[in-house]
Formats: sequence, C-alpha cells, structure tokens
Amino acid sequence: MGNLEALKPFPDSEEMEISFGPQHPATHGVLRVLLRLDGERIVDAKPVIGYLHRGTEKIFERETYNGTIPHTDRLDYTAAATNNQALVGVVEKIMGVTVPPRASAVRVLLAELQRIASHTIWLGTHALDIGAQSPFFYTFEEREKILDLFEEYCGARLTLNSMRVGGQPYDLPDGWTDRCRTFVDQFPARVAEWERLLTTNRIWKLRTVGVGVISAANAVEWGLTGPPLRGSGVKWDIRKVFPYDRYEQYDFEIPVGANGDTYDRYLVRMEEMRQSVRIIQQCLAKLPDGPVMAKVPKVIKPPKGEAYFSVESPKGELGFYVVSDGGAHPYRLHVRPACFINLQALPEMVRGLLVADLIAVIGTLDIVLGEIDR
Amino acid sequence: MANPWVAFLLVPLIKIVVILLAVILIAAYMSFFERKILAYMQIRIGPNRVGPRGWLQPIADALKLLVKEDIVPARAEKFVYFLGPVLVVAPALLVFSVIPFGPAFKLFGYEVTPYLTDVNIGILFILGVSSVGVYGVILGGWASNNKFSMMGGLRSAAQLVSYEVPMGLSVVTVLLMANSLSLVKIVEAQKQAGVWYFIPGIVAFFIYFVCGVAETNRNPFDLPEAESELVAGFHTEYSGMKFAFYFLAEYANMVVVSSIATVLFLGGWLPPFPNWLAAVWALPALAWIPPIAWFVLKMAAFLFVYIWFRGTFPRYRFDQLMDLGWKVFIPVSLVNLMAVGLGVLLIGGK
Repeated sequence: MGNLEALKPFPDSEEMEISFGPQHPATHGVLRVLLRLDGERIVDAKPVIGYLHRGTEKIFERETYNGTIPHTDRLDYTAAATNNQALVGVVEKIMGVTVPPRASAVRVLLAELQRIASHTIWLGTHALDIGAQSPFFYTFEEREKILDLFEEYCGARLTLNSMRVGGQPYDLPDGWTDRCRTFVDQFPARVAEWERLLTTNRIWKLRTVGVGVISAANAVEWGLTGPPLRGSGVKWDIRKVFPYDRYEQYDFEIPVGANGDTYDRYLVRMEEMRQSVRIIQQCLAKLPDGPVMAKVPKVIKPPKGEAYFSVESPKGELGFYVVSDGGAHPYRLHVRPACFINLQALPEMVRGLLVADLIAVIGTLDIVLGEIDR
Repeated sequence: MANPWVAFLLVPLIKIVVILLAVILIAAYMSFFERKILAYMQIRIGPNRVGPRGWLQPIADALKLLVKEDIVPARAEKFVYFLGPVLVVAPALLVFSVIPFGPAFKLFGYEVTPYLTDVNIGILFILGVSSVGVYGVILGGWASNNKFSMMGGLRSAAQLVSYEVPMGLSVVTVLLMANSLSLVKIVEAQKQAGVWYFIPGIVAFFIYFVCGVAETNRNPFDLPEAESELVAGFHTEYSGMKFAFYFLAEYANMVVVSSIATVLFLGGWLPPFPNWLAAVWALPALAWIPPIAWFVLKMAAFLFVYIWFRGTFPRYRFDQLMDLGWKVFIPVSLVNLMAVGLGVLLIGGK
C-alpha cells in the first residue's frame, strides 16, 4: 500500500506537511502557506510568496512620474485610489507642491469610497471563508455601486488611474455629488444589515473570538498597521497622526479593538466603514470650489533628493519612498506595502490553532497578493 | 393477490423502479431548487439558461457528469477509490425501501402500499444501513491519496460517528411513545394519539434535525467538504460519474433525513391535527389532498430549511462541532430520553 508512508515527511513524528495554496480557494490569490500539521493543529506555518511578482518597482524606474500611476493601480488592486494617493503624495512632497483644496477634497472622496469598497470585499470573502455564503453577495452589491461612481468619475472601475501629480485630472461630473450622497445615505443601513447577520451570530463569534490573537506590543513589534494594529487596541491611523490631503478638517473617530483577535478586527473594519461614510458626508457638505490642478510643469522633474510619504490605505500604512536624481524618471521608487508587512505576523498568529483558523486569520489580515509580490 | 408472481416479483419490481427514479429525480431537482432558492436569497437569479426558466438544468448537469472524463489519480488505491462512491450511494438509496410515503390504497383491485416494504425493525434498519455510508466517505478520502481528501475523510468519519449517538437517542424517544420500530406503525400511532410526536418530543425533534444536518455534511456542519479549508474535502479528486455519486448521495441523504423526520415527528402522510380537525369542518375540505402530497409537502419544508441554513450560517470549526455533539447534544438527549420515558410511564403511552 504505502499510502500512509507517503504522507509522513517527518518519520519520527505524526506530523504532516501540507502545501496550502497557491491554488487554493481561500488564500485570496496566489499565496502559498507551507503548513506543518499535527492532526489539524498547526505546528508551524510558513508563507511563501512571489507568485505574482511583476517587478513593479523596477518598472517604476523607466516610467515618468505620472506614468507610474497606472502601475500603482495594480499593487493593491482592490484599493487603487489610495495607491494613487500615496504615489502622487510622495512626488508632490519632494516637489513641494500644494494641491488646490478642491483636488484634496476629491481625493478624500475617492479614497474613502475606496476604503469602503475594499472593506466590502474583505467582509464578503472573510465571511465566505468562514462558511457564510450570503454576505458575499450582499457586500458585492454595495461595491458595485461604488465602482459605478468611480466609473462615472474616471472611466475605470478597478484600476482607476484617478490622480495626477499636482491635483486631479478631472473635476467631478455633474450630478456626481448627488449620486454619491444617495449612496452614502443608504450605506449605513446596509452595514447594519450585515452586522445583524454576523455580529451576534453564535457560530461567527465561536469562529472569530480569541482566534489569531496578537497583543498590542507584538503588533507594534511586527510592524502591523491598519485594522490588524487597531484591532489590538493601538490608536494609530496615518490620517490622524500625519494628516495629508487636509484630513485634519474632518471629524472622525479611529475605532480600536481590545483583544486583538479576529472578532475585534472585524468590528474595527465595520466601524471604519461607518466612519468613512461620515468623512464623505462632511466632505460633500463643504466641497470647496476652484481648480482641481495646481501649476505643475508638463514634464515632472523633481529636484534631487529623497522623500517618504504614506497614506492610510484600507489595508494599513501604504508608503512610497522616492529617490530623485533630478531627471524625469524616478531613480528609485520603493513601496512600503501594508499587506506584505502584515502577512509576516501570520505564523505568529496561527501557531497552535487549527487549519480552519488559518483561513480565518488569512481573511482577517485582508491581504492582497498584488501588493505583497509587487 | 392471487398470482404469487405478480405479488412477489412484478409489483415489488415496479415499486423499486418507481421509488428509485423518484428519489434520483428528487435529489437532482433538489440541487436545482437549492441553487434557485439560494440565488433568490442572495439577490441573484440562479440557473435560467437550460430549458424554460432553467428547469432542465439538473438533466444537463447529469449528462455533463456522465460524459466527463473519469480521472483516477496515479497513486490512488484503485479498487478502494472505486468502492468509495458505491458505498456512499447504495445505502442512501437502500434506506428508501422502508420509508412509507402514504397509507395503503386500492388500485385495479389490488391493495397497493406506496412503500416497498414495512419491516418491523424499520428504524433499526435505517440507522444501520445509513451508517455504512461513512465507509464510503472515509475510504474515498483515504484512497485518493491526497492530504486534503484524507483530512476531509477523517473529519467526516469523526463527525458522522459522533452525531449518530444523539440522533439515535432522539429516535428512541419516538419509539417509546409509539411502542414500535415499524415506520408505518409509528405513523399510525400518531394518528391514534391524535398528536404528532414533535409536540411531546420537541427536544428530540430539534436534536434529530440538527444531527441530521450534521449527518448529511450540510452547512453549518459542512466541515468534511469545507471548500475554503479543504478544497472539496473527501471528494476533491473525484470527477465524472464518481463525483456525481457522492453528489447524489448527499442530496439523497438529505431527502432521507427529511423523510424520517416527517415520519417520526410530523405524522408522515397524515393531514395536520388529525383528530382535532375531524371535529370541525376543515377535515372534509382537506380530504381531497392525497396523503402522499402531505408527505411530500412536509419533506419539502425540511429540505427548504436545509437550504435556508446554507444561506444564513457560517461554518463551525471542527473541535467546536465535536464539543457541540458530545458536550451538548448527547447529555441533553439522554436527559430528554429519561424525561420522555417518565412521561410515557405516567401518562401510559399517550
């Protein structure tokens, strides 16, 4: 027979090794996790990445500054707007350009809509991984409405290419603000609906409370950002601590969790969607008039130097580090991806848990492989 | 029944064919309704391309599976790999031989019973036969020589064995009340008692149905085939007709559990409130509905609940499932069994 012998890579123990992914329905793309299992208990987990590597950072070096923007769309492809925002931010910082108030407001609108869109995908897939099928469809319905708004603004739904160095390529189309307002007005009711399905659901709580716990100190040490950090109770949000695009004008809360488990991260993200709605409503209420583009040269040649700039993407801190030699192409453009750094904590979070929990933890980290592999 | 050839060969053969066809069709259309109902729950439309409003979808699916290439993994245990689906589907269909769909009626002068046979140990037969299905699952998972299949097989073996205990205990409460193991007698006892057994046996009814959901590997207990964890569980490597057998068995088992729940707790083919309605005008009004229709209606209600579960609940984790079975359902069903036993003793068999 020999069947069982083949399953034993560690001859003197009962442990077995499983290659989880890269072709697996629950690894959100092409993540591969090498698991060492004792029965169903995880002894060790090793994320293996690189299946989506496209050499984006090298490609940046042969593009003009505005030409790099479409490439950023493809980093975290569920949140193109915040990627654009980080890239144009770093170039504006090294050039010392201030964007007009209306451009900032449009950026905030796009970024917050994008945050909601990204969180709806996260909720749908996370719930699907844990076995709840229906939320997936409900969340995607709302996401479609956001993508419609994006399409109306810039013609694209997923890879937006929606910002330029110095401002915005277009002003908002007629009636867009009304449609956006209609969307955000009905959205909190949808969130409440999803919460009714999940928040107090006994099975949902069994599957998420106390699963994938990471303490605040550990989360900081691993360099986690975004909801995984806030779920552990650390009040850290780039929009508050290093405000960009005039975020200081808006009144919003940073939701934090207490226990650092999957359930708290779930609650944090649900609340973040509501806070994003608040920001959008404020932004729409006092949308400034004026141009959407600052005076910038046609060919962008930032002065010699270096700059780092980061935004709060839906996944965490997304930063760009640019080195300019004064030419029209970046000498070096490095990405500080939120997902890549958040993923590193995975082995720490799943050790000793069961295979089913690995799925929950991958879901709760909300990783996108495009950003991890670049 | 003058001619023994007719009585012992022809009539049973016709019944076997009819029941088998009906069950397979119900199982196939169950998948269609599941997709449709789930779709409406999830703001989708569901299959609507094949035939009018998608009604031929299950037929198309079956044809597709029939002509699909049957892949056997190179390092699979060939014979056991072949045995798996057979062992799963045969017991699932065999169980229908004792399920009474209605009372005896007259057709062309013959007395026809709409069930294959009425064994005096019917319930025992069902419990025994359906347990064999576990072998198909675990052997299929093991023989595929795939780690995910094997984990799925092991999970389901543990799950099925654990949930059979509370399920059996809840069935025993019905036996205490009905004083018989024969399914036909159990329904008749409910007629005499004038009350369906889910009222005195509400706890047992609940436990039976939940365990039934677990026994059929359905959401929220669908861990053996949890697609987000184990790809497709024990049938990951199966394709073509062998996969179709697993699929058919799953749906047939759902029909089995629903049928047994109908017989044991909802009075089988009886119209609702048999004696109470007889006193008022409603019974004649309902009399034209054939008993089989009542049976199918009740069964369909259970099947709908199955789908409803799937549209609503997340999935339990394996250890939580075990905890629920051993630490909640078994103690509760034991206590319930004693309570019902005491009740039967005091009231005198209802």
